[in-house]
Amino acid sequence: MTISPSSIEQVIPGQGAMAQPSAAPGRTRRRRFRFLTNAKTATGVVVLAGYGLFAIIGPWVAPYDPDGRSGDILQAPSASHWFGTTHLGQDIFSQILVGTRSVVLVGLFAGVLATMLSIVIGVTSGYLGGLADEAGSALSNVFLVIPALPLIIIVTSIVDQASDMLVALIIGCTSWAWGARVLRAQTLSLRRRDYVEAARATGERTWRIILFEILPNLTAIIASGFVGTVIFAVMSEITLAFIGISSVSSWNWGTILFWAQGQQALAQGAWWWFVPAGLAIALLGTALALINFGIDEFVSPRLRSGGRARIRTADGRTARMRVGFTPVLAPAAAVPAPRRRPAVAKEGGHR
Amino acid sequence: MKFLLQRIAFYLFTAWAAITLNFFIPRMIPGDPVQALISRNQGRISADAIQSLRVLFGLDKNQSLAEQYVDYWTQLLHGDLGLSFTFFPTPVSTVIGDSLPWTVGLVGITTIVSFLLGTALGVGAGWRRGSWIDALLPATTFLSSIPYFWLGLVAIALFAGPGSFFPSSGGYEPGLVPAFDQYFIPSAIRHSILPAATILVSSMSGWLLSMRNMMVTVSSEDYITVAHAKGLSERRVALSYAARNALLPNVSGFALSLGFIVGGTLLVEIVFSYPGLGFQLFQAVGYKDYPLMQGIFLIITISVLVANLIADVAYLLLDPRTRKSG
Amino acid sequence: MSEPVLEVRKLRVDYGLGDEAVHAVRDVDLTLHRGEVLGLAGESGSGKSTLAYGLTRLLPPPGVVSGGQVVYHPLDGLPVDVLTLTPAKLRQFRWAETSIVFQGAMNSLNPVHRVSTQLLDVIKAHEPRSTAAGRLARARELLRLVGISADRLDSYPHQLSGGMRQRVMIAMALALEPQVVIMDEPTTALDVVMQRQILGQLAELRQRLGFAVLFITHDLSLLVEFSDRIAIMYGGRIVEEAPAVELYRRALHPYTDGLLHSFPALRGPRRELTGIPGSPPDLRAMPSGCAFHPRCPKAFGPCDKELPPLGPPGDDRPGRAVACWLHPAAEPVPR
Repeated sequence: MTISPSSIEQVIPGQGAMAQPSAAPGRTRRRRFRFLTNAKTATGVVVLAGYGLFAIIGPWVAPYDPDGRSGDILQAPSASHWFGTTHLGQDIFSQILVGTRSVVLVGLFAGVLATMLSIVIGVTSGYLGGLADEAGSALSNVFLVIPALPLIIIVTSIVDQASDMLVALIIGCTSWAWGARVLRAQTLSLRRRDYVEAARATGERTWRIILFEILPNLTAIIASGFVGTVIFAVMSEITLAFIGISSVSSWNWGTILFWAQGQQALAQGAWWWFVPAGLAIALLGTALALINFGIDEFVSPRLRSGGRARIRTADGRTARMRVGFTPVLAPAAAVPAPRRRPAVAKEGGHR
Repeated sequence: MKFLLQRIAFYLFTAWAAITLNFFIPRMIPGDPVQALISRNQGRISADAIQSLRVLFGLDKNQSLAEQYVDYWTQLLHGDLGLSFTFFPTPVSTVIGDSLPWTVGLVGITTIVSFLLGTALGVGAGWRRGSWIDALLPATTFLSSIPYFWLGLVAIALFAGPGSFFPSSGGYEPGLVPAFDQYFIPSAIRHSILPAATILVSSMSGWLLSMRNMMVTVSSEDYITVAHAKGLSERRVALSYAARNALLPNVSGFALSLGFIVGGTLLVEIVFSYPGLGFQLFQAVGYKDYPLMQGIFLIITISVLVANLIADVAYLLLDPRTRKSG
Repeated sequence: MSEPVLEVRKLRVDYGLGDEAVHAVRDVDLTLHRGEVLGLAGESGSGKSTLAYGLTRLLPPPGVVSGGQVVYHPLDGLPVDVLTLTPAKLRQFRWAETSIVFQGAMNSLNPVHRVSTQLLDVIKAHEPRSTAAGRLARARELLRLVGISADRLDSYPHQLSGGMRQRVMIAMALALEPQVVIMDEPTTALDVVMQRQILGQLAELRQRLGFAVLFITHDLSLLVEFSDRIAIMYGGRIVEEAPAVELYRRALHPYTDGLLHSFPALRGPRRELTGIPGSPPDLRAMPSGCAFHPRCPKAFGPCDKELPPLGPPGDDRPGRAVACWLHPAAEPVPR
């Protein structure tokens, strides 16, 4: 249930020479959404689109009523029940399909809410400085340090059978702190850039500077924070359903796991009861994480693992691209002056 | 020193905020959760205990909020967290005292091991780009996207069961008495292997990835080029120059994300019915045992704050720039 | 002129591979003689730093050396080609024979280690048999050499001023008494007073210790004062090479002339500052012929068609070389 904090940490300025998202505002306009062209991001977006589609059409295309009981009790996956059935003969494939909507909605709503909060708190405290900054960072640090999940569990447990929207609201209100922290740091560094200073010097209004000079340059970081929050929100929602706090009458993947756990699916060997839901979660999480990797690599291009690590030199050896030992592609064959010891000539370059 | 004092002040502030939050949450509960309990246990419950619960839930309508707040603090400072509904009439502090060592042992140790192991692998991955560890990255992404508790379920299905070496639930063999002897310790270790491995597998990749990224970033710093130019051994450049600097942001990241991690790992206890705080929280939720829930939340928060403080001290020792003014 | 200590022959350095490769250094020939200061000047993007990193093989990916030789002549023993050394040999060679002072005084020192650690580890790496006490004595001596009190050994980099840090770097560069010290804009980040102080100290140390310096900067006026010979780079090639005094007195290449008129001279008669119109060439799309012709006020017939070779100008004294059609070479420079 980590929100992969480390990947976001990368963009906090002042930690090594970071490749900044962009130097000039004009260039950014065109490049702002370039991270979508990254292969990892593209893969993530495609998978995510699949989930989005099922969230919309899931309840219509589900072959069975997820609540509908039948005589096929605890059946292993078969042609008629792709993911098998529960102890009441309910079709698990239908439950997953129907449950997708709730998962996607809660993730989206909580992500949007938390992102808005993080922008408001992070950007204003970073840009305004002074007392607003003190208060803003204290607030976000407190929320960062307090363990979010236990808090969410307790708050949700007060409400009897919490609805999806309420769950999303609680998650959104407790998970904005990381984004706010990162945004504040980045805003602080943007504020000192020449073009922002220039805009301030010419008497541009504060909200206009924030809207047109600061925010466009934060797009990648905001996107990354949003994706991170969605991961956390989905995980939290499923957890809440799994331990039976939120409403067990509406379907999401956590509810399926709740029943599987409650009915000792493991002890009965009914692996199909909990495996599909877990894989659905893992795949969604992976897709979101991939999008975030893409954004990270867009923000600091150095992180790309792509590029060839090994290259062929002119005389057919392979050399490795590495810091500190620049490869020599074509070492001079005939050196007139220097003596060449045979051993040196043979090894000639790098392992 | 100034840095440390600032951090301590901040943690005290956070503790205050958490306690205040804890004060207000029960006041949002609709109805009167205590009354039902009292009438159910008529006569078996002492007047003191009733008063304590009333303070906790703010049921004394004659008192102003401010007075309730003062009473709440007084009670808290006496170590009184109310009575648990689940284990009635055991005080919450006793329940927590029994489960805390289990959680510290399992979650605490595995979190640290996971950080150290992930960081070490990350150093390797970041230093030698394109090595076998890089090929692991997609797999670790997938693993870290799996909820801890689900991975625990799979682990039980695969490895535990009747006749298996790994028990599927509990913290020790039923029938044993918790003590530091040759029967109990091996049993406790055997019970903790599977949950610990679950936490390790899914939490390590985060550290691996962040350390790799920091190594990549640090590798292009000038002082690394200088270290190469000085003709130092590969090992020394990698460890003493690159990893030593890359570690700093990773340690502060560790401190910051402890709250997230501890929250997630507690769930593993639920799956394994491990007798720690997470499992107690799960049971408390089932019984609507508000005093226990609050107590656990408080104790988790304070543990995380203490862990944060320790991480800060570690950072202080690692980065000479923060201990500038002695 | 004394014997050569470092000869760069037809060095080519690229960024990237194959068709995507950007040729940052193109067939550069350069000779550094024992004990001399050779200045290398050019605008940013001219390839002068890439040349320095390329010949020491410190260029980070995607940089590659695509050809040429870098021949080093040790004091005793036979010459070696730095580009064919194995990593282990290269490690031994580095710092002991050629050391480097980098541009960023701020970031050249490891922030988490004391000055002493960073001075001692290089001595220990190259002289494993030295004693700890001996190394420490050397470190103290080195700091004294650059005018820093020995108790600074226990300081961390952040406790030193920018000038002090750069002096520590210079002390470190001299730790193993190398024959060649490469300096890449060593004083650019410092204020003018500190700059002069350090350069003065450097000149004095060179007198005493006799190492050769390859001094890279965009500040030509600094070089005129400080170096024996100057090479001018443009678009990855050397376009002019001459003794410092002669270059200052009479620049042959119009680019050199432009550079000289871009900086106020620190001493000597005032000149009019004009600068050079236009901007440095895009290494991906180099102009045909002489790379400078689009910006050259004196461009004529052959300039955009044929690349002028670097050679001694027909009428001039030896020791000068220029790549310009205004001064066609009498014959290619004998190397």
